[in-house]
Amino acid sequence: MEATQQTESKMIELKPFTDEMVVNMGPQHPSTHGVLRLELKLDGEVVREAIPHIGYLHRCFEKHSENLSYPQIIPFTDRMDYVAAMNQNWGFCLAVEKLMEADESKDFAVPERAEYLRVLICELNRIASHLLSFGTYGMDIGAFTPFLYAFRDREKLLLLFEKVCGARLTYNYIRIGGVSEIIPMEPGSMTEQNFLDEIAEFLDYFEPKIDEYNDLLTSNSIFSERTMGVAVMSAEMALSYGATGPNLRGSGVDWDLRRDEPYSIYDRFDYDVPVAKDIPELGAVVGDCWSRYKVRMDEMKQSVRIVRQILAEGLPDGPVMAELKAVRPPKGEIYFRSEAPRGELGFYIVSDGTPKPVRVKGRSPCFSALSALQELSQGLMVADIIAIIGSIDIVMGEVDR
Amino acid sequence: MTPEEIYENLLRKFGDPILGFDTELMGDPNIQIAPSAIAEVCQYLSETDSLAFDSLMCLSGLDLGVKEEVFSVVYHLYGMRHRHSVVLKASVLKSDAHLPSVAHIWKTADWHERETYDLYGIRFDGHTDLRRILLPDDWEGYPLRKDYQEPDFYRGMRVPY
Repeated sequence: MEATQQTESKMIELKPFTDEMVVNMGPQHPSTHGVLRLELKLDGEVVREAIPHIGYLHRCFEKHSENLSYPQIIPFTDRMDYVAAMNQNWGFCLAVEKLMEADESKDFAVPERAEYLRVLICELNRIASHLLSFGTYGMDIGAFTPFLYAFRDREKLLLLFEKVCGARLTYNYIRIGGVSEIIPMEPGSMTEQNFLDEIAEFLDYFEPKIDEYNDLLTSNSIFSERTMGVAVMSAEMALSYGATGPNLRGSGVDWDLRRDEPYSIYDRFDYDVPVAKDIPELGAVVGDCWSRYKVRMDEMKQSVRIVRQILAEGLPDGPVMAELKAVRPPKGEIYFRSEAPRGELGFYIVSDGTPKPVRVKGRSPCFSALSALQELSQGLMVADIIAIIGSIDIVMGEVDR
Repeated sequence: MTPEEIYENLLRKFGDPILGFDTELMGDPNIQIAPSAIAEVCQYLSETDSLAFDSLMCLSGLDLGVKEEVFSVVYHLYGMRHRHSVVLKASVLKSDAHLPSVAHIWKTADWHERETYDLYGIRFDGHTDLRRILLPDDWEGYPLRKDYQEPDFYRGMRVPY
């Protein structure tokens, strides 16, 4: 009697098998962060395969670039990663400047004041970008409140950017050879010191908020259950898939281009590079969704540190633009990468010495990170897919270009 | 290692398929490789301890003009352990544009090769899933070729705007 009961219960355990069902998640779905379509092959609620289909936001950035002069391309880079557009402007300008510097016959250097403004603005932009990532990730998982908090603070930053360049999202602020405007934009309405004071005020307000957000979401038990130990990406896998930035550091690789291949004036500041560690008492494993998320939270603090150092030093006097007759890089080619909030943003530029490039390729960090999704999601639940997408923090504008 | 040393190392190991080392251009110097040997060279670069190129930063197609007879595929590699980088370039004839895939060495090459196929029409032999990635599946032509003419209509919609 007992024996039969055992066999019966075993039968029941083995039985739950349903037919494979194909479900399209997206392209219009709030948790896909834009227009991403995932073709999910499901066995019940278990994902057998998740095939990403991208390209819905393809705006032919590379083709357009071949028909525009270098300064005209900068607004197009804004529209790649539109939540961290300052960093995109900067990445492109750095690549062009690097190629122009290779031509030693011409004396060309970005003024000191512009370098300080660039770091200042781009680190604030990094905070804005990570705030959006934090807020929407909470919302994906089911916590609505953090989203409102994050957007409240992000709004303050966007207002600051608006004062700097007149735009909230697509800035076109960083130009080849410097930045576009001296603060203040309108003479008389605001002095430079006012502006710096306003940033200092924001930092004083914002820094304690990061701890508040950690209390609110990071250590929240529902959030932890959904993200800790889920979709572990090993360091080898992250490297092989070309995952960079917080995704790579979330897998335990201590690598940050700002520190390891210093560009601009990043070597003058004092900051740490947050890297994920195993936290056994909480249940966090290096490379899981929570680790990737936590790296971003810690990075905001480091960005605050960098900005504080600039405020303490004050902006150096001088011009904000190098004296340039025309932007005409020499015949040659360059690949230059910088640390954008979402990882390594590279631009490959081929010039034939004319004012227009022959080829511009944007190497998008999100594009590479998203390609790991297929392997990461195998055998997980549908709900985990949402946790993964939020944790790798993609912006479809940059994936599709 | 500097790109020169890597070039000499590759020349000793492979010989003929290493076609040259281009330092005339401003910016990054690149090593030219015969397309048929690109997969072996990449395998060697990633597996040898003294080189250890563990990441493919960027893979892009390149068309220098209508008059050129070749497309190029450019590989930007980086080795985390030795902190060095190298640029490889393989040129394929426009009339028969294909070369071996490197997706089995670096997984990121999977999507990058699909993108290059999508925009340049360069085929990667041995790629398991070579289909369009950014453009619609039924799009005709390869837009980043310099001789590309955009179609007037796509599914009844006017294309030039």
